Amino acid sequence: MSTTMNDSVNKPNIGAMETRSGAALSAARISIRNLDFFYGANKALKGINAEIPDRQVTGMIGPSGCGKSTLLRVINRMYDLYPGQRATGEVLMDGANIIAPGVDLNHLRSRIGMVFQKPTPFPMSIYDNIAFGVKLHEQLSKTAMDERVEWSLTRAALWGEVKDRLGTSAMGLSGGQQQRLCIARTIAVRPEVILFDEPTSALDPISTLKIEELIDELKRDFTIVIVTHNMQQAARCADQVAFFYLGELVEVGTAAQMFTAPQQHRTQEYITGRFG
Amino acid sequence: MSTTTTFAARDAVMARKLGRRRHRVDAVFRTLALAATLVGLIFLTSIIITLLWRGLESMSITVFTDVTRPPGSHGGLLNAIVGTLIQTTLGTVIGAPIGLLVGTYLAEYARGSKLGDAVRFVSDILLSAPSILIGLFIYQLMVLPFGGFSGIAGSAALAVIVIPIVVRTTEDMLNLVPNTLREAVIALGAPKWKMITLVCYRSVLPGLLTGVLLAVARIAGETAPLLFTSLGNLTWSVDLTKAMSSLPVTIYAYAGSPYQDWIALGWTGALLITVGVLTLNVVARFALRPRV
Repeated sequence: MSTTMNDSVNKPNIGAMETRSGAALSAARISIRNLDFFYGANKALKGINAEIPDRQVTGMIGPSGCGKSTLLRVINRMYDLYPGQRATGEVLMDGANIIAPGVDLNHLRSRIGMVFQKPTPFPMSIYDNIAFGVKLHEQLSKTAMDERVEWSLTRAALWGEVKDRLGTSAMGLSGGQQQRLCIARTIAVRPEVILFDEPTSALDPISTLKIEELIDELKRDFTIVIVTHNMQQAARCADQVAFFYLGELVEVGTAAQMFTAPQQHRTQEYITGRFG
Repeated sequence: MSTTTTFAARDAVMARKLGRRRHRVDAVFRTLALAATLVGLIFLTSIIITLLWRGLESMSITVFTDVTRPPGSHGGLLNAIVGTLIQTTLGTVIGAPIGLLVGTYLAEYARGSKLGDAVRFVSDILLSAPSILIGLFIYQLMVLPFGGFSGIAGSAALAVIVIPIVVRTTEDMLNLVPNTLREAVIALGAPKWKMITLVCYRSVLPGLLTGVLLAVARIAGETAPLLFTSLGNLTWSVDLTKAMSSLPVTIYAYAGSPYQDWIALGWTGALLITVGVLTLNVVARFALRPRV
């Protein structure tokens, strides 16, 4: 069977999707070279090669278990928490291989922040949730800390809603607010890269919209990688899209190219909803 | 068409039969469960009523202001109350931190490790060990070598009882902390010890305190481990290196004596312990209930 994309019958139906048009990809902030990843004996990522463009949004898509979240957890070395998980190859940031042994993981994670699928507020006040991460890496005066808290909550579009109750428990916020708090907590540390692992899959449509607008706003200052199950979300947010399938990076390209003229048959089938 | 109706009719009959059967079985089990609950409640209320009735007989201010005296001279229980407070407090202060650390090790550092499994197993055995054995153990360890019964030996025996209780509750509580929360702390660049102390502990703090309070409630009423360690003391003494009085041992001695006033005072002591332990349990269950 032919896999040429010029066949009009196979043309992906993405009429309803609004894709980000024309944006060229910037220089790489992170370069992934020949990356393999193992859960024990099980190889979950096979020979991944990709570039994460600086201060743009890279969307990772693919069916469940395809390795996209695994790749995200390699970039901030989250897999180090679990014995039996290991990665080989190179993930280069500023010329240094961040998956090499001997890397200062706490420092690395202060440069590469992560926002998770479920909001995970800490059992403390809103203010302390933000200050917690900052205190790990910097010693700020009370006023400087106040400013940092206000700055990060403002950037996370949450300041207006919580400025009068910074001392109250973060557990009392709604799900969408909790997720924005987690984003604020992450950017308060002033990382260079932010990894989003399906950040809106537990949220309602309005909260999802707010987070997506936020991501669009944040990419001016941060390099962003977002894993999503939602094709429309990838189309709305991402500049670059990477499609994973069974542990392989099938195709990576600009969002416009991936959604209008994918080069690979499997990419096309996935984004048109034939599987996954 | 007609076959379908026949089947439907037969099914309806079956359903009614089954339904009746289920109702009968349900009624039998419900009655049995209710009866068992009533039996339990009858025992419990009869114990409490007897305690109140016999315990209040000798209850007076003297109980709290005067020490134990010879039969017929209207003594109190002050030395026993203070002795129990000292030994329980000391036992908790020694045992709870050790239990907390061991529980933390099991939940945060030794998941799935052989050493962790061994420690957990030993701790669980200690949890159900007869408390008189613990008394004998401390007797060998602290009473014989130092030539006498002492309050500190009593406290040590109580601490040994506290440890496995706190280990169990600490590990159980920390296992309730979702891994996503741990990862969120680590993702900010926090070292593991800060993750545990600043976030994990805090998120299950009521549960950890409940474990400690339940341990306190348990040791406050222990008699056997104190018989071989702090022995009991009929005079006023707060010297940790000397034999020390305690409520349970005093109750044991008084209740077995032939003197009416001692027996009555023993009931009063039993009432005091019960009220104290009950209060601790109520505090542990309600005041420290996790807030959502």
